[in-house]
Amino acid sequence: MKKKGKTIPVLTMIALIVAIWYIGAIWLNAPAEYDRALRSNTSLSFSELVSNTMAQERPVLPAPHQVAVEIWDTTVNKKITSKRSLVYHAWITLSATLLGFIIGTVLGILLAVGITHNRAMDRSVMPWIIASQTIPILAIAPMIIVVLSAVGLTGLLPKALISTYLSFFPVVVGMVKGLRSPDNQQLDLMRTYSASSSDTFWKLRWPSSMPYLFTSLKVAVAISLVGAIVGELPTGAVAGLGARLLAGSYYGQTIQIWSALFAAAFLAAILVMIVGIAHAQVLKRMGQKPEEYA
Amino acid sequence: MTVISAQNLSLTFKTNDGPVHALKDVNLDVGKGEFVSFIGPSGCGKTTFLRVIADLEQPTGGTITVNGMTPHEARMNRAYGYVFQAASLLPWRTIEKNIELPLEIMGFAKSEREKRVKNTLELVDLAGFGKKYPWQLSGGMQQRASIARALAFDADLLLMDEPFGALDEIVRDHLNEQLLKLWKRTNKTICFVTHSIPEAVYLSTKIVVMSPRPGRVTDIIESTLPDERPLDIRETPEFLKIAHRVREGLRAGHSYDD
Repeated sequence: MKKKGKTIPVLTMIALIVAIWYIGAIWLNAPAEYDRALRSNTSLSFSELVSNTMAQERPVLPAPHQVAVEIWDTTVNKKITSKRSLVYHAWITLSATLLGFIIGTVLGILLAVGITHNRAMDRSVMPWIIASQTIPILAIAPMIIVVLSAVGLTGLLPKALISTYLSFFPVVVGMVKGLRSPDNQQLDLMRTYSASSSDTFWKLRWPSSMPYLFTSLKVAVAISLVGAIVGELPTGAVAGLGARLLAGSYYGQTIQIWSALFAAAFLAAILVMIVGIAHAQVLKRMGQKPEEYA
Repeated sequence: MTVISAQNLSLTFKTNDGPVHALKDVNLDVGKGEFVSFIGPSGCGKTTFLRVIADLEQPTGGTITVNGMTPHEARMNRAYGYVFQAASLLPWRTIEKNIELPLEIMGFAKSEREKRVKNTLELVDLAGFGKKYPWQLSGGMQQRASIARALAFDADLLLMDEPFGALDEIVRDHLNEQLLKLWKRTNKTICFVTHSIPEAVYLSTKIVVMSPRPGRVTDIIESTLPDERPLDIRETPEFLKIAHRVREGLRAGHSYDD
């Protein structure tokens, strides 16, 4: 359900951000223009300064329209099979993201089931899972790539596994809480039916955990994308949004960096939105009150 | 025939503040087809006793049999239906599906499940509400649905733990009346925990008065009321006499030493 009058505040915020961005672009790119004017001994009027700061080839901060033009150029005006197409690179990253997200979700759920059904696992596995997330992903990503390529695994899977490494965590934490969310009375009820633990799982614990699962999945899908991008950096920047970022920073192509950043942000927003829609659909089919999933 | 038989039944909880005697030397027999109410202040062990029958708590002393078996065997044989204080219907299941839950677990065939759901819905006057979700029903209707769920698999024994405790007086009166009719029609044995003296006297063939610290039985009253009980039986001298005796029992058991 759309709330009334949401469009105007959102548009106002966007306009404000764009305005601040333009001011920032002029301010940050001005020193280079002053330098150039000094070297060629010409004077620079304010209007020249403003228009020049927005047309640099390698600006410190590109103006919004430069980024917009670059995105348009590299999506609509290029064939999607071209190495210069942003869609091509986005797809490379997306495929690793999705594979990693799926593996991470399955792994996370399996670990959560183990933890909630086995006391030994509860005590021994959880600290390791938490410890795994204290290691910076930037430190461990190259090692995963190197180790896996040593055993002959290259391409999609190593990147996906870095996504998995990040995305399984919120799923485990959310699902452990979700599978433990039935209250004592509901568990007693199942006992009075002398229900088997698989009945208790499928008819009580699993449905109870759905809201927790989807909340976790929203986090997991976004950090899966981060994982895939990070996974592309040490591979030598062949393809993918991570490669675009790295190549852009090698050659000072700030416009390319920003357009890759926007592509990544857009992708993340779409992914989170899809999970959100799935969440609402599942809760609706589970007969929740309308206001609870709106 | 005896359905429940307890001898010197005790249950002590170990807590950080020392042992709590939830039940001490409880002796009680419940015959087939009886409606037995357990009444007493909080902490008198009435709910604990019900949970021992249901094998949700383990006694620490004495013996108890349910249908001549241990409570564990009785639970494995699905000998009883249990109605909790809150309806605790699963929110993602419709009323129909909630009533079907025990039938699914117990492995009834699909056609049999449908038949039983339909019958029990009619039994608790909820026909036509089967497709609704729990949140679409009032508290009283939800509790009726939870009674239907306990009846669906047709166990001979019904254990009810303050099922109407959270409902208002008017709804409660109505449900009491319905429950009596239902009990007469189905000929089940019912154990009913309550806080309310009128409720206990109105419903029961036998009233068990309990008192706390340690939880024990102080009086067992066989009701002299007729089987036919309209709501205004509660103004008859007979009714008031029994209510008075229950009140006396509660007072005697209460240790007002503080």
